[in-house]
Amino acid sequence: MTTRRRIVYCNCSFARVLAPEVKSKVLEGLAASGVAFDAVPDLCEMSARKDPALVQIASGDVAIAACFPRAVRWLFSAAGAPLDADHSQIFNMRSETAVAVLSSLMRDDGTITS
Amino acid sequence: MSFRVALYEGEGASPLDAGDRFAILRGLLDKGYRVSCLRSGEPVAGSASGSAMVLGRFGGQLPAAISDSAVSVAFHDINGMDAATVVGLVDQVQSATPDPAPGKWKPWFPVIDYSRCTNCMQCLSFCLFEVYGVSKEGKIQVQNQPNCKTECPACSRVCPEVAILFPKYRHSPINGDEVNTDDLRREAMKVDISALLGGDIYSLLRDRSAKSKSRFSKERDDERALKERQNCLAKLQQEGAIPAEVLAALPSPAEILVKAEAARARAQAAIDQNQKQAVQQS
Repeated sequence: MTTRRRIVYCNCSFARVLAPEVKSKVLEGLAASGVAFDAVPDLCEMSARKDPALVQIASGDVAIAACFPRAVRWLFSAAGAPLDADHSQIFNMRSETAVAVLSSLMRDDGTITS
Repeated sequence: MSFRVALYEGEGASPLDAGDRFAILRGLLDKGYRVSCLRSGEPVAGSASGSAMVLGRFGGQLPAAISDSAVSVAFHDINGMDAATVVGLVDQVQSATPDPAPGKWKPWFPVIDYSRCTNCMQCLSFCLFEVYGVSKEGKIQVQNQPNCKTECPACSRVCPEVAILFPKYRHSPINGDEVNTDDLRREAMKVDISALLGGDIYSLLRDRSAKSKSRFSKERDDERALKERQNCLAKLQQEGAIPAEVLAALPSPAEILVKAEAARARAQAAIDQNQKQAVQQS
Protein backbone atom coordinates (compact mmCIF):
# COMPACT_ATOMS: atom_id res chain seq x y z
CA MET A 1 0.00 0.00 0.00
CA THR A 2 1.29 3.43 -0.82
CA THR A 3 0.26 6.70 0.73
CA ARG A 4 1.54 10.19 0.26
CA ARG A 5 3.02 11.88 3.27
CA ARG A 6 1.88 15.33 4.09
CA ILE A 7 4.34 18.16 3.48
CA VAL A 8 4.21 21.23 5.71
CA TYR A 9 6.23 24.36 5.09
CA CYS A 10 6.63 27.01 7.80
CA ASN A 11 7.29 30.51 6.51
CA CYS A 12 8.27 31.96 9.90
CA SER A 13 6.45 35.06 8.72
CA PHE A 14 6.64 37.02 11.95
CA ALA A 15 10.39 36.92 12.59
CA ARG A 16 13.63 37.03 10.66
CA VAL A 17 15.27 33.90 11.93
CA LEU A 18 15.19 32.03 8.62
CA ALA A 19 17.46 33.22 5.84
CA PRO A 20 15.08 34.83 3.31
CA GLU A 21 16.80 33.15 0.36
CA VAL A 22 16.47 29.71 1.95
CA LYS A 23 12.80 29.92 2.78
CA SER A 24 12.02 31.59 -0.51
CA LYS A 25 13.80 28.89 -2.53
CA VAL A 26 12.16 26.10 -0.59
CA LEU A 27 8.72 27.62 -1.12
CA GLU A 28 9.48 28.26 -4.77
CA GLY A 29 10.64 24.67 -5.21
CA LEU A 30 7.53 23.29 -3.56
CA ALA A 31 5.31 25.56 -5.65
CA ALA A 32 7.06 24.47 -8.84
CA SER A 33 6.86 20.76 -7.98
CA GLY A 34 3.10 20.59 -8.28
CA VAL A 35 2.75 18.47 -5.13
CA ALA A 36 0.04 19.13 -2.58
CA PHE A 37 1.34 20.75 0.58
CA ASP A 38 0.38 22.99 3.45
CA ALA A 39 2.14 26.32 3.89
CA VAL A 40 1.70 27.87 7.30
CA PRO A 41 2.77 31.38 8.24
CA ASP A 42 4.25 30.51 11.60
CA LEU A 43 4.20 27.27 13.59
CA CYS A 44 5.03 29.19 16.78
CA GLU A 45 1.90 31.29 16.43
CA MET A 46 -0.20 28.19 15.69
CA SER A 47 1.25 26.47 18.76
CA ALA A 48 0.45 29.44 21.00
CA ARG A 49 -3.14 29.41 19.71
CA LYS A 50 -3.32 25.63 20.05
CA ASP A 51 -4.56 25.60 16.47
CA PRO A 52 -6.51 22.37 15.84
CA ALA A 53 -4.75 22.13 12.48
CA LEU A 54 -1.64 21.01 14.35
CA VAL A 55 -3.50 17.94 15.60
CA GLN A 56 -4.42 17.11 12.01
CA ILE A 57 -0.85 17.60 10.85
CA ALA A 58 0.49 15.40 13.63
CA SER A 59 -2.01 12.64 12.99
CA GLY A 60 -0.31 11.12 9.96
CA ASP A 61 2.98 10.81 8.14
CA VAL A 62 4.40 14.27 7.77
CA ALA A 63 7.53 16.03 6.57
CA ILE A 64 7.99 19.51 7.96
CA ALA A 65 10.28 22.23 6.66
CA ALA A 66 10.77 24.65 9.53
CA CYS A 67 13.58 25.22 12.03
CA PHE A 68 15.34 23.19 14.71
CA PRO A 69 13.66 19.78 15.14
CA ARG A 70 13.80 20.01 18.96
CA ALA A 71 11.91 23.31 18.82
CA VAL A 72 9.35 22.05 16.32
CA ARG A 73 8.62 18.86 18.27
CA TRP A 74 8.04 20.72 21.51
CA LEU A 75 5.95 23.40 19.79
CA PHE A 76 3.61 20.65 18.58
CA SER A 77 3.65 19.05 22.01
CA ALA A 78 2.81 22.36 23.69
CA ALA A 79 -0.25 22.61 21.45
CA GLY A 80 -1.46 19.17 22.52
CA ALA A 81 -0.45 17.68 19.17
CA PRO A 82 2.69 15.64 19.79
CA LEU A 83 4.49 14.41 16.69
CA ASP A 84 5.12 10.70 16.38
CA ALA A 85 8.87 10.34 15.93
CA ASP A 86 8.36 7.34 13.64
CA HIS A 87 5.96 9.19 11.38
CA SER A 88 7.44 12.64 11.19
CA GLN A 89 10.54 14.21 9.73
CA ILE A 90 11.66 17.76 10.34
CA PHE A 91 14.02 19.61 8.06
CA ASN A 92 15.81 22.64 9.36
CA MET A 93 15.82 25.73 7.18
CA ARG A 94 18.02 27.51 9.74
CA SER A 95 20.95 25.21 9.24
CA GLU A 96 20.42 23.36 5.96
CA THR A 97 20.56 24.67 2.42
CA ALA A 98 17.40 25.12 0.38
CA VAL A 99 18.57 22.40 -2.00
CA ALA A 100 19.09 19.93 0.85
CA VAL A 101 15.70 20.70 2.41
CA LEU A 102 13.89 20.44 -0.90
CA SER A 103 15.52 17.19 -1.89
CA SER A 104 14.61 15.71 1.50
CA LEU A 105 11.03 16.91 1.24
CA MET A 106 10.63 15.62 -2.28
CA ARG A 107 12.35 12.30 -1.72
CA ASP A 108 10.32 9.65 -3.54
CA ASP A 109 7.90 12.42 -4.38
CA GLY A 110 6.58 12.17 -0.85
CA THR A 111 5.31 8.65 -1.39
CA ILE A 112 5.44 6.18 1.47
CA THR A 113 5.27 2.46 0.84
CA SER A 114 4.15 0.24 3.66
CA MET B 1 -12.51 29.25 14.80
CA SER B 2 -9.75 29.42 12.24
CA PHE B 3 -9.55 30.87 8.77
CA ARG B 4 -7.79 28.95 6.05
CA VAL B 5 -7.08 29.50 2.38
CA ALA B 6 -6.88 26.67 -0.13
CA LEU B 7 -5.34 27.01 -3.56
CA TYR B 8 -7.24 24.41 -5.54
CA GLU B 9 -5.91 22.99 -8.82
CA GLY B 10 -7.78 19.72 -9.02
CA GLU B 11 -10.66 18.59 -11.16
CA GLY B 12 -12.81 21.47 -12.33
CA ALA B 13 -10.05 24.05 -12.08
CA SER B 14 -7.24 25.01 -14.43
CA PRO B 15 -3.70 24.72 -13.09
CA LEU B 16 -1.78 27.82 -12.14
CA ASP B 17 1.60 28.69 -13.58
CA ALA B 18 4.34 27.83 -11.10
CA GLY B 19 5.37 31.48 -10.90
CA ASP B 20 1.82 32.62 -10.16
CA ARG B 21 1.40 29.87 -7.57
CA PHE B 22 4.61 30.94 -5.83
CA ALA B 23 3.71 34.64 -5.89
CA ILE B 24 0.24 34.00 -4.44
CA LEU B 25 1.65 31.71 -1.76
CA ARG B 26 4.33 34.15 -0.74
CA GLY B 27 1.93 37.07 -0.66
CA LEU B 28 -0.57 35.22 1.51
CA LEU B 29 2.04 33.76 3.87
CA ASP B 30 3.68 37.11 4.40
CA LYS B 31 0.29 38.47 5.48
CA GLY B 32 -0.08 35.59 7.95
CA TYR B 33 -2.54 33.34 6.10
CA ARG B 34 -2.33 29.57 6.17
CA VAL B 35 -2.55 28.12 2.65
CA SER B 36 -3.06 24.57 1.46
CA CYS B 37 -2.15 23.68 -2.11
CA LEU B 38 -4.74 21.09 -3.07
CA ARG B 39 -5.10 18.67 -5.95
CA SER B 40 -7.98 16.37 -6.85
CA GLY B 41 -9.31 14.12 -4.13
CA GLU B 42 -8.21 16.22 -1.17
CA PRO B 43 -10.75 17.67 1.23
CA VAL B 44 -11.19 21.40 0.78
CA ALA B 45 -12.56 22.08 4.25
CA GLY B 46 -9.50 20.68 5.94
CA SER B 47 -10.54 21.15 9.53
CA ALA B 48 -13.37 20.32 11.83
CA SER B 49 -14.33 23.93 12.31
CA GLY B 50 -13.72 27.39 10.95
CA SER B 51 -14.01 28.91 7.52
CA ALA B 52 -12.14 28.09 4.36
CA MET B 53 -11.72 30.15 1.25
CA VAL B 54 -11.01 28.04 -1.82
CA LEU B 55 -9.27 29.84 -4.63
CA GLY B 56 -9.00 28.42 -8.12
CA ARG B 57 -9.21 29.08 -11.82
CA PHE B 58 -12.69 27.69 -12.06
CA GLY B 59 -13.52 29.30 -15.40
CA GLY B 60 -16.93 30.50 -14.33
CA GLN B 61 -18.05 27.09 -13.02
CA LEU B 62 -17.87 27.79 -9.30
CA PRO B 63 -18.69 24.87 -7.02
CA ALA B 64 -21.51 25.49 -4.56
CA ALA B 65 -20.51 26.87 -1.18
CA ILE B 66 -20.53 24.43 1.72
CA SER B 67 -21.90 25.51 5.05
CA ASP B 68 -22.93 23.76 8.22
CA SER B 69 -22.77 24.68 11.86
CA ALA B 70 -19.03 24.12 12.16
CA VAL B 71 -17.49 24.67 8.75
CA SER B 72 -18.09 27.08 5.93
CA VAL B 73 -16.34 26.83 2.60
CA ALA B 74 -16.62 29.49 -0.08
CA PHE B 75 -15.17 29.20 -3.58
CA HIS B 76 -13.65 32.13 -5.45
CA ASP B 77 -12.55 32.31 -9.05
CA ILE B 78 -9.13 33.94 -9.36
CA ASN B 79 -8.93 33.67 -13.13
CA GLY B 80 -7.04 36.67 -14.48
CA MET B 81 -6.02 37.99 -11.06
CA ASP B 82 -2.43 38.75 -10.16
CA ALA B 83 -0.99 37.84 -6.75
CA ALA B 84 -1.62 41.27 -5.20
CA THR B 85 -5.27 41.18 -6.26
CA VAL B 86 -5.68 37.68 -4.83
CA VAL B 87 -4.18 38.78 -1.49
CA GLY B 88 -6.51 41.78 -1.47
CA LEU B 89 -9.50 39.49 -2.08
CA VAL B 90 -8.45 37.25 0.81
CA ASP B 91 -8.02 40.28 3.09
CA GLN B 92 -11.52 41.40 2.20
CA VAL B 93 -13.10 38.01 2.87
CA GLN B 94 -11.11 37.42 6.06
CA SER B 95 -12.11 40.78 7.51
CA ALA B 96 -15.75 39.68 7.38
CA THR B 97 -15.05 36.58 9.50
CA PRO B 98 -15.02 36.56 13.30
CA ASP B 99 -11.35 35.53 13.28
CA PRO B 100 -8.79 38.16 14.25
CA ALA B 101 -6.62 39.43 11.43
CA PRO B 102 -3.38 37.45 11.29
CA GLY B 103 0.04 38.83 12.00
CA LYS B 104 -0.77 41.17 14.87
CA TRP B 105 1.54 39.47 17.35
CA LYS B 106 5.14 38.34 17.08
CA PRO B 107 4.96 34.85 18.55
CA TRP B 108 7.69 35.14 21.16
CA PHE B 109 7.27 32.84 24.13
CA PRO B 110 9.06 30.00 25.89
CA VAL B 111 8.62 26.38 24.90
CA ILE B 112 9.47 23.67 27.40
CA ASP B 113 11.52 20.64 26.38
CA TYR B 114 9.98 18.11 28.76
CA SER B 115 12.65 15.56 27.94
CA ARG B 116 15.00 17.83 29.92
CA CYS B 117 12.67 19.62 32.36
CA THR B 118 12.83 18.42 35.96
CA ASN B 119 9.81 20.46 37.11
CA CYS B 120 12.01 22.49 39.46
CA MET B 121 9.78 25.59 39.05
CA GLN B 122 12.71 27.99 38.79
CA CYS B 123 11.23 29.51 35.61
CA LEU B 124 7.95 30.04 37.45
CA SER B 125 9.88 31.71 40.27
CA PHE B 126 11.81 33.93 37.93
CA CYS B 127 9.18 35.22 35.51
CA LEU B 128 7.51 38.41 36.70
CA PHE B 129 4.81 38.28 34.05
CA GLU B 130 2.98 35.09 34.94
CA VAL B 131 3.87 33.40 31.67
CA TYR B 132 4.28 30.13 33.52
CA GLY B 133 1.71 28.18 35.46
CA VAL B 134 1.19 24.73 36.88
CA SER B 135 -1.17 22.10 35.50
CA LYS B 136 -3.69 20.24 37.65
CA GLU B 137 -1.14 17.45 37.72
CA GLY B 138 1.50 19.76 39.18
CA LYS B 139 3.48 20.10 35.99
CA ILE B 140 5.10 23.35 34.92
CA GLN B 141 3.44 24.80 31.83
CA VAL B 142 3.63 27.83 29.62
CA GLN B 143 0.12 29.18 30.12
CA ASN B 144 0.18 32.84 29.13
CA GLN B 145 2.28 33.16 25.99
CA PRO B 146 1.10 36.69 25.13
CA ASN B 147 2.42 37.92 28.50
CA CYS B 148 5.99 37.14 27.46
CA LYS B 149 8.15 40.13 26.61
CA THR B 150 9.41 40.01 23.05
CA GLU B 151 13.14 39.37 22.71
CA CYS B 152 13.50 38.61 26.44
CA PRO B 153 14.88 35.08 26.93
CA ALA B 154 15.81 35.65 30.56
CA CYS B 155 13.93 32.66 32.00
CA SER B 156 15.83 30.30 29.73
CA ARG B 157 19.04 31.61 31.27
CA VAL B 158 18.02 30.50 34.72
CA CYS B 159 16.84 27.04 33.69
CA PRO B 160 19.41 24.62 35.10
CA GLU B 161 18.54 21.95 32.54
CA VAL B 162 18.59 23.98 29.29
CA ALA B 163 14.96 22.94 28.96
CA ILE B 164 13.49 26.29 27.92
CA LEU B 165 13.50 27.20 24.24
CA PHE B 166 12.67 30.36 22.44
CA PRO B 167 12.42 29.17 18.83
CA LYS B 168 12.87 32.67 17.46
CA TYR B 169 15.99 33.41 19.49
CA ARG B 170 19.23 33.79 17.59
CA HIS B 171 21.62 31.66 19.54
CA SER B 172 22.04 28.01 20.39
CA PRO B 173 20.76 26.13 22.34
CA ILE B 174 17.96 28.51 23.42
CA ASN B 175 16.79 28.57 19.79
CA GLY B 176 16.06 24.84 19.93
CA ASP B 177 19.36 23.58 18.59
CA GLU B 178 20.61 20.40 20.22
CA VAL B 179 22.19 20.83 23.66
CA ASN B 180 25.88 19.99 23.65
CA THR B 181 28.40 19.32 26.40
CA ASP B 182 29.59 22.92 26.50
CA ASP B 183 26.04 24.06 27.18
CA LEU B 184 25.75 21.59 30.03
CA ARG B 185 29.08 22.69 31.49
CA ARG B 186 27.88 26.28 31.46
CA GLU B 187 24.65 25.32 33.17
CA ALA B 188 26.60 23.64 35.94
CA MET B 189 27.96 27.07 36.92
CA LYS B 190 24.52 28.40 37.73
CA VAL B 191 23.48 29.09 41.28
CA ASP B 192 20.16 28.07 42.69
CA ILE B 193 17.52 30.53 41.59
CA SER B 194 15.84 30.29 44.96
CA ALA B 195 18.90 31.97 46.40
CA LEU B 196 18.89 34.38 43.49
CA LEU B 197 15.35 35.47 44.27
CA GLY B 198 15.60 35.31 48.00
CA GLY B 199 16.33 38.97 48.50
CA ASP B 200 20.11 38.95 48.54
CA ILE B 201 20.28 39.43 44.82
CA TYR B 202 18.22 42.60 45.04
CA SER B 203 20.59 43.90 47.66
CA LEU B 204 23.33 43.13 45.16
CA LEU B 205 21.50 45.07 42.50
CA ARG B 206 21.11 48.06 44.78
CA ASP B 207 24.67 47.86 45.95
CA ARG B 208 26.73 47.57 42.81
CA SER B 209 29.98 47.51 44.69
CA ALA B 210 28.99 44.20 46.21
CA LYS B 211 28.86 42.73 42.72
CA SER B 212 32.61 42.91 42.45
CA LYS B 213 32.83 40.40 45.24
CA SER B 214 31.29 37.80 42.97
CA ARG B 215 34.30 36.08 41.50
CA PHE B 216 32.53 34.72 38.44
CA SER B 217 30.01 37.49 38.02
CA LYS B 218 30.58 37.88 34.30
CA GLU B 219 30.15 34.20 33.62
CA ARG B 220 27.21 33.24 35.77
CA ASP B 221 24.00 33.02 33.86
CA ASP B 222 21.87 34.05 36.81
CA GLU B 223 23.38 37.49 36.68
CA ARG B 224 23.11 37.60 32.92
CA ALA B 225 19.48 36.64 33.27
CA LEU B 226 18.84 39.46 35.68
CA LYS B 227 20.63 41.86 33.38
CA GLU B 228 18.44 40.72 30.51
CA ARG B 229 15.39 41.11 32.69
CA GLN B 230 16.47 44.64 33.52
CA ASN B 231 17.31 45.40 29.87
CA CYS B 232 13.98 44.08 28.74
CA LEU B 233 12.14 46.16 31.29
CA ALA B 234 14.18 49.26 30.53
CA LYS B 235 13.45 48.85 26.83
CA LEU B 236 9.77 48.53 27.55
CA GLN B 237 9.92 51.67 29.61
CA GLN B 238 11.55 53.55 26.74
CA GLU B 239 8.88 52.48 24.26
CA GLY B 240 5.88 54.74 24.48
CA ALA B 241 3.10 52.42 23.41
CA ILE B 242 3.02 49.78 26.06
CA PRO B 243 -0.15 48.70 27.77
CA ALA B 244 -1.01 50.06 31.20
CA GLU B 245 -0.75 46.63 32.78
CA VAL B 246 2.82 46.33 31.58
CA LEU B 247 3.63 49.77 32.87
CA ALA B 248 2.19 48.72 36.19
CA ALA B 249 4.52 45.74 36.17
CA LEU B 250 7.65 47.72 35.51
CA PRO B 251 10.17 47.64 38.24
CA SER B 252 10.60 49.97 40.87
CA PRO B 253 12.75 47.82 43.13
CA ALA B 254 9.78 47.48 45.46
CA GLU B 255 7.58 46.23 42.64
CA ILE B 256 10.17 43.71 41.56
CA LEU B 257 10.39 42.42 45.07
CA VAL B 258 6.64 42.02 45.36
CA LYS B 259 6.26 40.29 41.99
CA ALA B 260 9.27 38.10 42.53
CA GLU B 261 7.98 37.09 45.92
CA ALA B 262 4.57 36.25 44.46
CA ALA B 263 6.16 34.19 41.70
CA ARG B 264 8.40 32.44 44.22
CA ALA B 265 5.42 31.65 46.40
CA ARG B 266 3.52 30.13 43.46
CA ALA B 267 6.50 27.98 42.60
CA GLN B 268 6.99 26.90 46.18
CA ALA B 269 3.31 26.03 46.50
CA ALA B 270 3.55 23.86 43.39
CA ILE B 271 6.69 22.15 44.67
CA ASP B 272 5.07 21.53 48.06
CA GLN B 273 1.97 20.12 46.40
CA ASN B 274 4.05 17.82 44.21
CA GLN B 275 6.05 16.61 47.19
CA LYS B 276 2.87 15.99 49.16
CA GLN B 277 1.44 13.94 46.30
CA ALA B 278 4.67 12.01 45.95
CA VAL B 279 4.56 11.13 49.66
CA GLN B 280 0.91 10.07 49.41
CA GLN B 281 1.68 7.83 46.43
CA SER B 282 4.68 6.19 48.06
